[in-house]
Amino acid sequence: MSAAVAPTLVPMATNVGSPTLNITIFGVFVLITLGIVIRASRNNRSAADFYAGGRAFTGRQNGIAIAGDYLSAASFLGIAGAIALNGYDGFLYSIGFLVAWLVALLLVAELLRNAGKYTMADVLSFRLRQRPVRMAAAISTLAVCFFYLLAQMAGAGGLVALLLGIDDKAGQSLVIAVVGVLMIAYVLIGGMKGTTWVQIIKAVLLIIGAGVMFLWVLGKFGLNLSTLLGDAVQASGGKKVLDPGLQYGKSGLTKIDFISLSLALVLGTAGLPHVLMRFYTVPSSREARKSVEWAIWLIGIFYLFTLVLGYGAAALVGPKAIAAAPGKANSAAPLLAYELGGELLLGIISAVAFATILAVVAGLTITASASLSHDIYNSVIKEGTASAEEEVRVARITAVVIGIFAILGGILANGQNIAFLVALAFAIAASANLPTILYSLFWRRFNTRGALWSIYGGLVTALTLIVFSPVVSGKPVDAATGKSLSMLQGTDFHWFPLDNPGIVSIPLAFVLGWLGTVTSKEYNAAKYAEMEVRSLTGHGAEKATTH
Amino acid sequence: MSNDARTDHDPFVDLQGSEEFAQLRSRFRKFVFPLTALFLAWYFLYVLLSTYAPGFMGTKVFGNVNIGLILGLGQFVSTFAITIIYVRWADREFDPRAAALAKTIGEDHR
Repeated sequence: MSAAVAPTLVPMATNVGSPTLNITIFGVFVLITLGIVIRASRNNRSAADFYAGGRAFTGRQNGIAIAGDYLSAASFLGIAGAIALNGYDGFLYSIGFLVAWLVALLLVAELLRNAGKYTMADVLSFRLRQRPVRMAAAISTLAVCFFYLLAQMAGAGGLVALLLGIDDKAGQSLVIAVVGVLMIAYVLIGGMKGTTWVQIIKAVLLIIGAGVMFLWVLGKFGLNLSTLLGDAVQASGGKKVLDPGLQYGKSGLTKIDFISLSLALVLGTAGLPHVLMRFYTVPSSREARKSVEWAIWLIGIFYLFTLVLGYGAAALVGPKAIAAAPGKANSAAPLLAYELGGELLLGIISAVAFATILAVVAGLTITASASLSHDIYNSVIKEGTASAEEEVRVARITAVVIGIFAILGGILANGQNIAFLVALAFAIAASANLPTILYSLFWRRFNTRGALWSIYGGLVTALTLIVFSPVVSGKPVDAATGKSLSMLQGTDFHWFPLDNPGIVSIPLAFVLGWLGTVTSKEYNAAKYAEMEVRSLTGHGAEKATTH
Repeated sequence: MSNDARTDHDPFVDLQGSEEFAQLRSRFRKFVFPLTALFLAWYFLYVLLSTYAPGFMGTKVFGNVNIGLILGLGQFVSTFAITIIYVRWADREFDPRAAALAKTIGEDHR
């Protein structure tokens, strides 16, 4: 029989689960979602349909889709694994990801929904000089999307190794390409409407799957959290997995690094362009508010599930078995699923993890292509003269181009540290986007120079500090593996001591925004009046399209 | 854009300068800004305690549940609570006033 198996399908090192079953369940997901996407696309006519799903989603639907967009493989597999191996410090991560939503709820979502149309740049350039600010906002949108996309695609490679038992690079590259092609199909056929439905279905599956495992684990410990925690400590060989500090408490430097990361997490979410774009898919600011309300509940409950899943994996599977599995920390949740429900539950959880990557990647692609066509092509190159049809045509072409880049980038980045790529995306979002968003919504005096200095200053600082940080080069060589934890081996050109640039680049971007503003006299009173009145009262906000 | 030419009779500029709008803006900011300061301060207090006071956070309260876990779950509770408080306030207090003000400049002129 083994001759019939393709040479790329090498059994997993731990011999857990059935790749065929995993692929079958995932295939069913793809077929169902493709069917729904094709159905949803029948009404796709206008630009508002393609970019914003006709603004016809309800707050609840959009909130579920936001959760589907936000709960990436990094947060599902990554956080559960971090808790299983590093205990409390993994939990800290999820708290930053959740609290960040309050920034979006209180300060950004509704005002942005009222003032904008399709992209983040719509709001940033509203009362400033259109072309330079749109260009800057589009570049930082693309930078954030690029790193986030790369993280997801690189993650797909690792997931394949873990879940489908494909160990060699060629086989993994093939799967990355398949994920990329599927994602292009979703975006081309379904636009924002199709993408949203994929995210909704995936969020429901993910939260139900995690919820079932949550109850199962608690049930095994007689619904007693304290017993579960005690067993997790025991299985970890007495390591202090319930106290903070295992991962970040090593030295004074790692502590500052953790504060830097916390800052980037809590301020990054409200600057993520693909999250912001989701607020345009609802008909009003009230529905935008409801979206965030739903998203906060779903994301919060999900992270509470992962807390139990993480400690549950430590107690039931054991940190040693997790660290020895092909996906290391990322395999904690799937291994726990196998421990609880055997091959079938593992298959379902694996398929959900794949669906997760697909849905997140589709959302990023539509955001990047909207920014390229709406901001750069129409507003900067064509100076706003392109018709809606032309814009959508360009958006479709750029979606294909971005998809191809994502496939190639994902193949090259396969095996890279996913958490670092995601943290980088958050750091750029918090440095390059959030200061300008807040200034333009709340500071009367803010102007073009302030926006440009803040966006470019934040972006360049964050990128530069990352390049010269230990994540790229110069981490000590691990005696056990003989490899450095840095991206590049055998070279050391780092001079910035922290892994995360946020603690420097975020305050700097705020200062630059202020400095640029006060050194320039430009101020457009009429446009500011229009923006403030629109954003607060909702007058003149974009309406839902009717079919 | 020929905005400057119509600044004098711009309905947006008129409304922005009005007493009612100033009240709406101040109502919004007075609610949202302190709440933001509160949750950010509480979040960073928690982060700093986790970073620099692991001994305190590791103090057992009952069974294996320690202060760190309780404060961490407290972050979830406070996030949910602030969400509920804000949404209630915005639905009941803010939306009707904002809508009434939007009506004063008439239908969308687009």
